[in-house]
Amino acid sequence: MKYRTLYICTALLGFGLVVSCTPIVEEMTEVEKRAADPRNKTHMVGDKASGYVYMTSQTRDMQDDDIANPAFTWIDLAEEKWSKVEGKAGKSCASCHQDVNKAMKGVANKYPQYDPESKKLIALQVKINRERTKRMGAKPWKWESDQMLGMAALVKLQSRGMPVNVKIDGPAKPFFEKGKEFYNQRRGLLDMACANCHVDNAGNMARSNVLSQGMINGFPVYRLKWQKPGSVHRRFIGCNKQVRATPYKRGSEEYTNLELFLMWRASGLNWETPAVRN
Amino acid sequence: MSLRIPSHILSALIATGFVLSMSSTAAWSADIDLAKMKVEDGLPKSLTGKPGDAKKGRSAAINRKKGNCLACHAMPVPEQADHGDIGPDLDGVASRLTAAEIRLRIVDPKAVNEDTIMPSFYRTARFHRVQKKWQGKTIISAQEVEDITAYLLTLKDKN
Ligand code: HEC
Ligand code: HEC
Ligand code: HEC
Repeated sequence: MKYRTLYICTALLGFGLVVSCTPIVEEMTEVEKRAADPRNKTHMVGDKASGYVYMTSQTRDMQDDDIANPAFTWIDLAEEKWSKVEGKAGKSCASCHQDVNKAMKGVANKYPQYDPESKKLIALQVKINRERTKRMGAKPWKWESDQMLGMAALVKLQSRGMPVNVKIDGPAKPFFEKGKEFYNQRRGLLDMACANCHVDNAGNMARSNVLSQGMINGFPVYRLKWQKPGSVHRRFIGCNKQVRATPYKRGSEEYTNLELFLMWRASGLNWETPAVRN
Repeated sequence: MSLRIPSHILSALIATGFVLSMSSTAAWSADIDLAKMKVEDGLPKSLTGKPGDAKKGRSAAINRKKGNCLACHAMPVPEQADHGDIGPDLDGVASRLTAAEIRLRIVDPKAVNEDTIMPSFYRTARFHRVQKKWQGKTIISAQEVEDITAYLLTLKDKN
């Protein structure tokens, strides 16, 4: 058990300076223990904190070790896919991009991105499917399929440790504004906005859950509850349903706009895909 | 400050002979902003005309599918491990608030503080994108409002 020590210091100013300190040892709460973990440093910036900061230390250990992190099973498969020829064009991702580490570095920060073709934002998953269908003549992957989760995680892994930094100006601006509006709008029978939980009450306990700031910088995350990686749109569905609101579909315009807003909220935090969460 | 009570509650209240202390200019509309009432008065009358059962209220308050008050409040419920700390500790609430004030805070806490995270437990309108299976429903029943109110009224300060 960890304890926190506070020193109550009394300074007596007279002819000289006498400082006497009395240590008071009190038991730390679970939340304080988590907050005191020195590993947090690279997962916080200013008043922003990654979901990592709110996880138990076993969950953090799992995330910190690529061998223990179960998401790497999906990423390893995606690495095989990267150089596997598929589709009518007889190509693999590697045929054009070669080394995934170099080719996909920094790409996590480029999506969701304004797409002049559809005049909407597109998420990374949409881009990956375009590469498959248009350039390879291969079949698209489903949003929440093992292949797509693995490939999206593999691409974002190449930005791990880089700060989140997304473009929200120019043609992306109106979509960003819609995402922001979504974030602050109350919904469902429980009548709560994302901000009610993740802004106003981050750090507080909702029964057995510590509420985090609901940051996006670890997605796709491996969630222990799901026993597999999941997209941030899957998380949105869960967070909508828990307030008894009708969710949108994965890949919907609404969720893609919301994703852009969340990227902006996470600005400055380091990418940590694939994160591990409870 | 005006108090907004949904029409179905009002009909329920009126049916049970509940008299509203409205200002003379109260605007009655088909929908929601029905009456101007004083928030300070709370909701003095039982929603069902029946007294609440504190024992049932205690379990409805704990039940995750009903009140789930423990999600946000600590309560003197030692057999439950996890108590939230989003709202104030409800132990001692009966020494701070009257029955009328407690009832209103359960029915529609937004009448007191429109920015609160606390759900409106007995309201059916002014919601956005409610899941189909919950449409037109309230989170708890009128009798459960009464039962939980009765339970909270047992939570007096010990000293
Ligand atoms: C009733 C409170 C509540 C509301 C409202 C809510 N969430 Fe959550 N959210 C949670 C809980 C609980 C978790 C899991 C613990 C944590 O990370 O906070 C979570 C987790 C998340 C995560 C994962 C964070 C991570 O580090 O992996 C994201 C992202 C998220 N929420 C976004 C949202 C968005 C966007 C909305 C609005 C559509 C929303 N949430 C609404 C309670 C809420
Ligand atoms: C026939 C060649 C070709 C193949 C095959 C191909 N790509 Fe690409 N890809 C490109 C070119 C050229 C670009 C740059 C222009 C653009 O962004 O569309 C690109 C861009 C991208 C981008 C956007 C990078 C950025 O900086 O915005 C991603 C992500 C991507 N490819 C992923 C993949 C994946 C994953 C595969 C395999 C499933 C794949 N590509 C297969 C040629 C290819
Ligand atoms: C999502 C969180 C949440 C839930 C669930 C919740 N409350 Fe609250 N409650 C709050 C907050 C926050 C306050 C503080 C006042 C405010 O926000 O306006 C509060 C205030 C109160 C108050 C006034 C307390 C005082 O001392 O002034 C009462 C009474 C109360 N709640 C009862 C309940 C009951 C009974 C339930 C379950 C049926 C419940 N609450 C469920 C968040 C919640």
